[in-house]
Amino acid sequence: MIRASVIVFPGSNCDRDVKVALEAVTGRPVNMIWHGDAVVPASDLIVLPGGFSYGDYLRCGAMAAHSPIMRDVIAKANAGTPVLGICNGFQILCESGLLPGVLMRNASLRFICRDVWLRVEATDTFFTRAYKPGEVIRVPIAHAEGNYFADPDTLARLEGEKRVAFRYSDQAGNVSTDTCPNGAQHNIAGIVSANRRILGMMPHPERLFESALGGIDGRGVFQSAIESLAAA
Amino acid sequence: MDATPVKKPQDSPAITPEMVASHGFKGDEYPRLLKILGRDPSITELGIFSVMWSEHCSYKSSRVWLKTLPTTGPQVIQGPGENAGVVDLGDGDCVVFKMESHNHPSYIEPYQGAATGVGGIMRDVFTMGARPVANLNALRFGAPDHPKTRHLVSGVVSGIGGYGNCVGVPTVGGETNFDTGYNNNILVNAMCVGLARSDKIFLSAAKGVGLPVVYVGSKTGRDGIHGATMASAEFDEKSAEKRPTVQVGDPFTEKLLIEACLELMATDAIIAIQDMGAAGLTSSTSEMADKGGVGIALDLDNVPQRESGMTAYEMMLSESQERMLMILKPGREAEAEAIFRKWGLDFAVIGITTDTGRMVVTHHGRIEADLPVPVLADSAPMYERPWVPTVPPKVILPEWVPAPNTLLGTLKTMLAHPQLCSRRWIWEQYDHMVMGDTVVRPGGDAAVVRVHGTKKGLAVTCDVTPRYVAADPAMGTKQAVAETYRNLIAVGADPLAITDNMNFGNPERPEVMGQFVGSVQGMAEACRVLDYPVVSGNVSLYNETNGVSIPPTPAIGGVGLVPDTAHIAEIGLTRSGDVLVLIGREQGWLGQSLYQQIMTETLEGAPPPVDLADELKAGRLVRALIREEKVSAVHDCSDGGLLIAIAEMALAGGNHRSGMGVELFPYEGKLPMHAVWFGEDQGRYVLAVAPGDAEEVIERARLLALPARIVGRTGGDRLALRGEAFLPLDELREAHESWLPRFMSDH
Repeated sequence: MIRASVIVFPGSNCDRDVKVALEAVTGRPVNMIWHGDAVVPASDLIVLPGGFSYGDYLRCGAMAAHSPIMRDVIAKANAGTPVLGICNGFQILCESGLLPGVLMRNASLRFICRDVWLRVEATDTFFTRAYKPGEVIRVPIAHAEGNYFADPDTLARLEGEKRVAFRYSDQAGNVSTDTCPNGAQHNIAGIVSANRRILGMMPHPERLFESALGGIDGRGVFQSAIESLAAA
Repeated sequence: MDATPVKKPQDSPAITPEMVASHGFKGDEYPRLLKILGRDPSITELGIFSVMWSEHCSYKSSRVWLKTLPTTGPQVIQGPGENAGVVDLGDGDCVVFKMESHNHPSYIEPYQGAATGVGGIMRDVFTMGARPVANLNALRFGAPDHPKTRHLVSGVVSGIGGYGNCVGVPTVGGETNFDTGYNNNILVNAMCVGLARSDKIFLSAAKGVGLPVVYVGSKTGRDGIHGATMASAEFDEKSAEKRPTVQVGDPFTEKLLIEACLELMATDAIIAIQDMGAAGLTSSTSEMADKGGVGIALDLDNVPQRESGMTAYEMMLSESQERMLMILKPGREAEAEAIFRKWGLDFAVIGITTDTGRMVVTHHGRIEADLPVPVLADSAPMYERPWVPTVPPKVILPEWVPAPNTLLGTLKTMLAHPQLCSRRWIWEQYDHMVMGDTVVRPGGDAAVVRVHGTKKGLAVTCDVTPRYVAADPAMGTKQAVAETYRNLIAVGADPLAITDNMNFGNPERPEVMGQFVGSVQGMAEACRVLDYPVVSGNVSLYNETNGVSIPPTPAIGGVGLVPDTAHIAEIGLTRSGDVLVLIGREQGWLGQSLYQQIMTETLEGAPPPVDLADELKAGRLVRALIREEKVSAVHDCSDGGLLIAIAEMALAGGNHRSGMGVELFPYEGKLPMHAVWFGEDQGRYVLAVAPGDAEEVIERARLLALPARIVGRTGGDRLALRGEAFLPLDELREAHESWLPRFMSDH
C-alpha cells in the first residue's frame, strides 16, 4: 500500500497530472498537501510537482523552497523519505538544498515543450530501478529554465558517485551537445541525492505514462517507486 | 430612451468640446448623450459613456449584422451575449469557448499585449464556471522583410507562451500568416476552450436587491486607461505621468484566481459573476445590473488600489488585469472571503444592488456618477453604416497560370516558404501537454484534448484564409467556416459550433463595411447549412494605418466532440503499403492559390468555391470511416492543395514522426498537372487506407456522388513521382523546418 503526497504550491500546475499518473500506476489515492500546512502526513513518497510556484518570481523555485511545508519536506527527506521533484519541483529541490546545483535559463532563452530522448544512467535509485541501465526513453520537457549548472567539484562528485539519473541523448542513446535541448552541463536531465532516494528531473514522466497520451516511457519512474517500496 | 434628469454630481469640472472630442465622441453622439441625460455629465460620467459607447463595447457598427447569424441549435446551451458560448457535450458536460482580439496592444507592446489577450479570454471562460482546458491563437504578422516583423513575432509568441504556460493551460493549436497587409497592424486573436458541468454554468445577471457586490483578484491601478482620454490636462493636471495604455499581465494571479473562483463556484454562494475586461469596473457593473434589472451603488473607497490618489474617473476606466466582480448571496461573504484569502487574493465588498435602477458611484463621500442603468447599458448608438459589396474577381482557368518545371521541386520550394513552412518554432514555445489530456498535439488538422476523466475528447481548431476573403468576403468566410469543419472531421469529431473573431478596417468606409457584410453573410450561410452555429465572438474594427485597412480577416474557431478518443485520426502516415485515397471534387482551382502567390508572385481570380452540400456529405463519410477504423491517417486539402497535404502527411508519419514516404500515382485526367497537384479545390480529404479497403471507400464515396481516386501508396523514406527526381523526406523536412528558426535567429 503506497501513501504518496503531492505538495501543492500557489502556481503549481502539474499537481493534478502527477496525481492522476500516480493513482493510475499505484492504484492508491494520493494526498494533496497545501504548501501552507506545517506537516506532511506520513508518506512513502513525496512529490514536488511541475508548474510556476509563486509565478517563478524572484527565481524559479526560490520562494517555494521557503514555504511552510518545506521545513517538514526537508526534515522527512533527510530522514529518508523518498522525494521526487519534477521540473519546477527539481528547481525547488535545488533551491532548498536537497540537491546540488541550479537550473538556469535555457541556452536558447526560450521555453521549450517537446519530447526528448533520455538515456537512463543510474538504475540503482529509488525512482529508476524499473528501467534497464542505458535504456533510452522518450519523455517530454516543458520549461524555460532547465539548463543544469553546478561548479566543477560538484559535477565531478555527481559523476563520481554515479548520481546522474538521466541524460539528454538521441534515440540511439548517443549523448552530445547536439542532443541537449537546454544547454545543461553534461546533458544532465535528472540527478539523485547521495542516498539515492531524492530524484530531481526536468522532463515530465507523468505526461507519457499511458499509451493514450502517446507513450508509456515515463511510467517507469512511478513503477520504480512501487518496486523499491516492495523490496524494502 | 428614458431621459430621467438627475442631480448633477458634485464639483465636476465643466465639460469642454476638447474633452468631448478626446473621449472619442463623433458626430451627433455627444448631443445625443446630453439629450438622454437631460443635463451635462460629470467628467466621470463622460468617461463611463465614452467606453460604453466605444465600438469595442457597443458593437455599434456591427450589431445589426451580427443579429443575422445563426446562433441556436439543440446543442447550444448559451449563445452570444454572455462572456462566452456554451455547448452541450452530453452526460452533463459542456464546453465553453470564445475567441477575442488583442490587436492594437500587441502591436504597441507585443509581449504584454499578447499575454493579456490570453489572460482576458481565459477569464471570459472561467467566469462561466468552466475550467480552461485548451488555448489557441490566430496570428497575422507583416511581411518577413518588414523591419518590425521579427520583433513582433518574438514578443507575441513569448507573451502567449509566458501567460498560458504559467497558468497551466495547454496551447494546442493556431495558425500564423505573414502578409504585407498586416505590416502596420498585426492581428493577435486568442481563443480559450473550457469544460464545465451543464448545471453549474454561471451567468452575469445580478438578480436581487440588497446583495453584496464583491471585487476579487488584483488591485486596481492606472493601467489601461485609454490614452486618448488621458490627454485632457484640464481634469488631470495632477497626473502628469502618462501611463502606457497597454495593460500588464500577471499569469500567476490569474492561476490563483481560476482556482479560487472554481473553489467558490463549487458552493452555491454566487448569484452572478463577470470578469472585468474592456472598460473594467464600468462595463462589468452596468452589464450585471442591467441583466439583473437592478440598480447598483458603488463605493470606490473600498476598491483595492495599487497606487494612491486615484480618481473615480481612473478607477471606473482602469483595465487592470486579473479582476472579477461577483454578486453573492447575502451572508456568504465570510465563506467567500476565506477562499480568496487562502489563495492570496484581494477580496472587497464594494457595493450593493438596489431597487433604484440607477448606478450611483461614490468616492470620498461624493457622488461622482448617478446614471440610470438601462440608459448606460442600452443607449449606445446603433449604426447601419453605408456599404458597398465587394465585387469578386473573375474566375481564372488553370491553363492561364504558368506551369512549373518540376512538381516535386515546386513542392519543396512551397513547403519552405513563409506561408507554408513549419510552425514548430512557435508551438514548441507553448506548453501543449500540461493538464495531461492532450491526445492530438499541435501540427495536425485539429488538436484533441480529453474531457478529463472520460473517454470523450474535444477537437479544436481555428482558421481563415485572408486572401480568399479579400477577393470574395462571402465565399472566403464560407471557406473559413468549412475549413474548421473539415479540420474537426479529419480527427473524427462531430463539429458542434464556432466562435468568430471579425478583424476588419474602418467601418465608416463603405468598401470596408461591404467586406464585413459579405463576410457575415457567408458565415451565416455556412453555419446554417452545416448546422454549426455561432455561439460567441468578437469584432475588431478600425484595423488600419494611414487609411490602409488590413485584409479582412474573420478568424473562425471551431469546436467538435469526439465521442471516444480511441477512434480518432491523425495526419501522420503510420502504415507502409497503404493506399492514399483522395475524396472530393477536382477542378484544379489555382485562382488565389498559394501556388499562384509563391510561384508566380501574383494573386488573382476568384477564390475556390465551397459547396456546402458536398462538405456535409464528405464530412459524414470521412468521420464514419475514421470511427470504423477504416483509415490509418487523414488530412484535409487546404493551403497549397493535394501535394502539400500528402507531403505533410509523409513528414508527420513514421515512427516518432521520422517520416514515411509516398509513391505518387500519375494523374491521367484532363486538368493541367500543376493544377491537379497544387489546386486548392475545397471539400477534399486524403485518407490512408489498407489496399483491401480502398475499393469500398471509393464505392461509398461514389454512392454519395463524391469523386474519389487513388493518388499514391505509402512506404519508404521519399516522395516519388514518375518522370521526376526523388525527393528524400529528410531533404524536404530540412527545407520545411528551417525557415522560421533561421528567420528568427537572424540579426
